[in-house]
Amino acid sequence: MSTTTEAPLERRAVISGIGQSAVGRRLERTDIDLTVEACLIAVSDAGLTRDDIDGLATYPGMGAGTAGFAGPSSPEVHDALRLRLNWHDGGGEGAGQMRALIAACLAVAAGLARHVLVYRTVSESTAQGTGGRQGIGGSGGGGGGMPRMSGFLQWSLPYGAVSAVNWLALVAQRRVHEFALTREQLGQIAINARRNAGDNPAAVYRDPMDLADYLDARMISTPLCLFDCDAPSDGSTALVVSHRDYAPDAPHPACHVNAVGTALRGRPSWDQFDDFTTMAARDAAASMWERTELKPTDVDVAQLYDGFSILAMVWLEALGFCGRGESGPFVEGGTAISRQGVLPLNTAGGQLSGGRLHGFGLIHEACVQLRGEGGDRQVYRRGGSFPEIAAVSNGGGPIAGTILLTRGSG
Amino acid sequence: MPARGPSMRLLPRLDQENTFFWKSGSDGHLRFLRCRRCHSFVHPPAPRCPDCLSEDVSPEVVSGRATVVAHTLNVQQWIPGSDPYVIGLVAIDEQESVRLTTNLVDVEPDEIYAGMPVEVVFEENEDVFLPLFRPRHPEGAKGEAT
Repeated sequence: MSTTTEAPLERRAVISGIGQSAVGRRLERTDIDLTVEACLIAVSDAGLTRDDIDGLATYPGMGAGTAGFAGPSSPEVHDALRLRLNWHDGGGEGAGQMRALIAACLAVAAGLARHVLVYRTVSESTAQGTGGRQGIGGSGGGGGGMPRMSGFLQWSLPYGAVSAVNWLALVAQRRVHEFALTREQLGQIAINARRNAGDNPAAVYRDPMDLADYLDARMISTPLCLFDCDAPSDGSTALVVSHRDYAPDAPHPACHVNAVGTALRGRPSWDQFDDFTTMAARDAAASMWERTELKPTDVDVAQLYDGFSILAMVWLEALGFCGRGESGPFVEGGTAISRQGVLPLNTAGGQLSGGRLHGFGLIHEACVQLRGEGGDRQVYRRGGSFPEIAAVSNGGGPIAGTILLTRGSG
Repeated sequence: MPARGPSMRLLPRLDQENTFFWKSGSDGHLRFLRCRRCHSFVHPPAPRCPDCLSEDVSPEVVSGRATVVAHTLNVQQWIPGSDPYVIGLVAIDEQESVRLTTNLVDVEPDEIYAGMPVEVVFEENEDVFLPLFRPRHPEGAKGEAT
């Protein structure tokens, strides 16, 4: 904890509204169309009109990544909604995908804006068509005119380590060595997600899946199989971040920001990070707990990044829900992370089955649960009340951000 | 035996900082930048030693010996025509914190283990010598630089 006695500034912010567009595979809709849909839902949900919105933030900003990855830039959304902004921000470097949400919280806390619209949109499924999932460096191609690689990709792409799944397969395999991680344990992340997706009408993959299905799936990069990987999806998630003074006027229970985690104390690298099995999750999680009096045991529901199943395991440990190296035994059998367990996990199906909304779907679901709007998938505390504290994490490898949300200002 | 790598290798763009590394194998030796003041190896290349900020950094030949940190058999055909190949992460013997992502070759995947001793073998592609790693030969069997 810092020497100041002042509460962390992010506590001046609440999530007052949430919105999600249609989510699915190959929706054949443009990213701006999906984004406007989600944004209008979120603004209305917050009890506001677009005239009230004076801030705008997104991740990762204009043109980043492969086709369909970035979503529309903030200027496109700004103009499509004819907003009048006091603050705006779009970019890809920072505390995971939720860097946009964290920036919005700080802008509200600093008085730069009062109601910030934050969105993340992907249209990777439509953009990739039937071509299948691309590696980070694109789809390859052929002939002598191949592009050459610069920056960090030059250290992995020449070896055919072209996707984050390869880099995380190395993490998973190292965990097999250090912690005796098994596929049966890892599979519980995917099976739990699928079970929850079955109770979420908006989820992308809802057919039942059991351990035998998981173990039979084709390998992508050992020990990670098809069901350890999320699938490109189309969809947009929007949030309205408001000053907490607005909370009493919001039509739905505001989700208060208790603390954010933004640290990156090790090297910003997939393969040179000192703690190879945990990486930046360690630092982001530690920095969040340094900013709050709450403890991991206070958390009622967790939405942990599962773009690849192994990342949810990493986050369980980094956030202190179990000890280092103990995520395998913790998830074994699936009871602890089920909706009736000690730590209900990824209750909308995560990214693995709910859809690859790149971190923001998890934030959305944390708010749904705190507000008690989960329907068939709603989590209840002992005694029957809705969850009061939710932890959300985004990112993998050297990319990580966390947020702790509470119902009421606690 | 798996393939030695993907069917087609995406190659690094050579620049002022990285050329020494990617061409190092032309004489059979692996090199890393090393700080002359604090003796740290520096990877990836940087303008100053990130540990002590000395500007006195220059390439130095290393043994080419390393230890497997982790490995994975890639099965997915990211690059058309590729057969399964092994991606490895190795730490060089001179400094454990310096790691290379690479391909592990001349070895069956189920024979690979964390901690396995390996040695560099270069694969020439256009103007680049990619350092790959294979199980280390018994001591003295082959004269790698020491």
